[in-house]
Amino acid sequence: MTAELVRGQNHPVSRSRVEIRVSAGTPVLALASLADEQGRLAGTGVLAHPGARTLPGVHAPADLADRHTFAVDLDAVAADVHRVGVLLVLPPGGPVCFGAVPASYVAVAAPDGGGEIAGYTLTGLDAETAVIALELYRRQGAWKVRAVGQGYSDGLGALLADGGMPAPAARELAAAALRAAAPAKEADATLAALPSLVGDLRAPQTPERAAAPAPDPTPASGVPYAGTPGPAPAGAGSPPTISYTHPRRRRTSSEPPEPAPRAAAAAEPGQPPRPVAGDAAGWSMDERLYNQVWGMFEDLARTVAAYRSAVEFADSRMDRELDDALSDPRHRIGGSGNAARDAARARREELVAQAQAVLDRDLAQLIAESEVVEPALPASYARWDNPVWHGHRTPEEGPLALRLGDLHLPERPDLRIPMLVRVPLERGLWIDNGRTGSEAAMAMDTDRLRRAAMDMAVAHAVRLLAVHPADRFSVHVIDAAGAGAASLAPLVRAGVLAAPPAAGAAGVSRTLAELTRRVDLVQMALKAGAPEDLPPDVDTAEQLLIVHDFPHGFDDRAVTQLRYLADEGAAVGVHLLMVADRDEASAYGPLLDPLWRSLMRLSPVPDNHLADPWVHHAWTFEPDLPPQGSQVLGQALDRVAEARRTTRP
Amino acid sequence: MTVNMTKGQAISLQKSDGGTLTAVRMGLGWQAAKRRGLFGSRTREIDLDASAVLFADKQPVDVVFFRHLQSDDGSVRHTGDNLVGGVGQGGDDEAILVDLQRVPVHIDQIVFTVNSFTGQTFQEVQNAFCRIVDETNGQELARYTLDGGGAYTAQIMAKVSRAGSGWQMTALGNPANGRTFQDLMPAILPHL
Repeated sequence: MTAELVRGQNHPVSRSRVEIRVSAGTPVLALASLADEQGRLAGTGVLAHPGARTLPGVHAPADLADRHTFAVDLDAVAADVHRVGVLLVLPPGGPVCFGAVPASYVAVAAPDGGGEIAGYTLTGLDAETAVIALELYRRQGAWKVRAVGQGYSDGLGALLADGGMPAPAARELAAAALRAAAPAKEADATLAALPSLVGDLRAPQTPERAAAPAPDPTPASGVPYAGTPGPAPAGAGSPPTISYTHPRRRRTSSEPPEPAPRAAAAAEPGQPPRPVAGDAAGWSMDERLYNQVWGMFEDLARTVAAYRSAVEFADSRMDRELDDALSDPRHRIGGSGNAARDAARARREELVAQAQAVLDRDLAQLIAESEVVEPALPASYARWDNPVWHGHRTPEEGPLALRLGDLHLPERPDLRIPMLVRVPLERGLWIDNGRTGSEAAMAMDTDRLRRAAMDMAVAHAVRLLAVHPADRFSVHVIDAAGAGAASLAPLVRAGVLAAPPAAGAAGVSRTLAELTRRVDLVQMALKAGAPEDLPPDVDTAEQLLIVHDFPHGFDDRAVTQLRYLADEGAAVGVHLLMVADRDEASAYGPLLDPLWRSLMRLSPVPDNHLADPWVHHAWTFEPDLPPQGSQVLGQALDRVAEARRTTRP
Repeated sequence: MTVNMTKGQAISLQKSDGGTLTAVRMGLGWQAAKRRGLFGSRTREIDLDASAVLFADKQPVDVVFFRHLQSDDGSVRHTGDNLVGGVGQGGDDEAILVDLQRVPVHIDQIVFTVNSFTGQTFQEVQNAFCRIVDETNGQELARYTLDGGGAYTAQIMAKVSRAGSGWQMTALGNPANGRTFQDLMPAILPHL
């Protein structure tokens, strides 16, 4: 049976005569290197290549091909040879790097077509042009094979040089190997292409540095184990991403994370790399995207902070210089005062122009990033107009975070940062339908504003229902006066509410009593350490309570219960979404201030009331609603209802 | 190659291959106080702090220190406060990273300081040093030895200032006294 190796893994090789089988996605050169105990390629006769195919114990193939089979007799290799490396080298004029071709597969097998002992698929390669695929090595008198899968962007010359061969000799040997392998008619092209292959692929002006023997190898970030002869970082710009995941094994929660997307190479030298969605730390793609969005948020905040502070400084310096020019008695006679003032203004303009150039550069990069990130977002992070909603299915796991809307700064209003918050929500939400909150709200009439606020609440409820597994999220509504009925109609029609919207004072107290009881019981059960002993009628799913038209229908007791839910509910999965005008509760005086403060205020119209945690800019929040005439909400609700029917017998 | 800089010496932050520096790190390291007695927690810990003050035209604009770990623009970052020191074998216990390309255009000088927050003078601290490192390749550009540095609790170490299109570093090495960078402001201003 074949042992499928992952990078760094080893496996015993029980027989001495083995066959190395290579199957590559493109014609490659397969070579064998013979190294001593320290992994050094010392002296001559260390590389079996097309120009010198046979060395004691190994016989390398002669030509370029996508399939190779060659024999290794481990008993016949010299006693001072401790490591036999299987090298794959891309020919000049072919594909530029292993990252651009399908993954190669290398196996150690019994000779003459016998069964494979161990195999390894070389995944996760990037800019490498020469790789050590496998290594057969002596360990306590026996031979083992190890999956290496690491290489050099600078080609075979760098690989050999790093193995301890003097740089000129390494380059010559690499050139000789490639020359011998290439068909004669291509000889000229081969020679012409040699410098770029033997030297540095990306920076041809520094072949000496690239090929110099590294006496003290720089530790690359991804060295998987001690013992390889100092692998050089593969890419010049980015550290190599090493994926330890097995290419053909399914991922379980205990296994390493999903492989990260590879950072794209720079479009042109000197340009920032093209952004890639998911280019951040995290175990899953959702977590990476969440971190990437927050990274963009912070970068935009800081970039704008740099710009604003530079402009502010330029202004204050100009003011100071203008004052000085005005108060300098020498300027009172003649035109020198004007010249001084013009100089002060010119100095300001120059600095502002510099700051603007830096800002434009950074914004362009963030916009490019936003353009790749936004379409890649999962449904819970995505705008309602994102096509991901059309293919959305009820998930098996709850979401990591939720999009509440968009944030932007006046410097670049079209650069929208998704406002993501972690789920379960730590704070309740408050959609402010009061007209005194902002200028945009003042400009709207009360009815339209209230409708917009309630539509927004319903959109959030639908999003939460759709991104949770069926039966893991339920929504309660208190609409004491029935004023939100029009907005709530889709929820009611789809039959996804836990109960019909509660109306009247009786409905308010019934719903609040029920949720209060749930919070109380779950808290007790958790404190007692027996969460499984809840009464069977307690719904363990996350709960969302939408309260419309507060404080209509609320008596003092109900207000107290609501405050209890706001304070205690989030920790045990009861979340509050208030749609309210603070002024209407003014009869309570300052008593409700702590309640409002404990909720995150959102607005149905654009409003700049949110501050970022780093530099405290005022960000404009804009709600995200389904496009006019879109069916996306209805479709999402249909799917939620459908999933519930199938899970509930 | 390490330059043991002398006071007032200026070096241009050009790389040996002609490229300009893009990122530098100011590292600070010292040896933790010896454990004493039965109650180890009563050891008089030594807490040195590294700070960087960003100036625009001699006006302090921003500061990066243990209570403000990142400049508002994000270009200067402190890796976090170390309250006790390390093993004293040359590793950085606190570091401030400066991404010179991202420093806002109006910032023209960045001054690095070291303070003894717990009040010990540099005479009492073992194996203390601060150094400037080229962050891109780990090469040390300059190093100061602080211990035995006299009865001072602070040092204004170095400044990095704009020169032409690049940056240059001037070693200051000026002893001073103070608990945090605020106490040092009068001592810093003459060096701008």
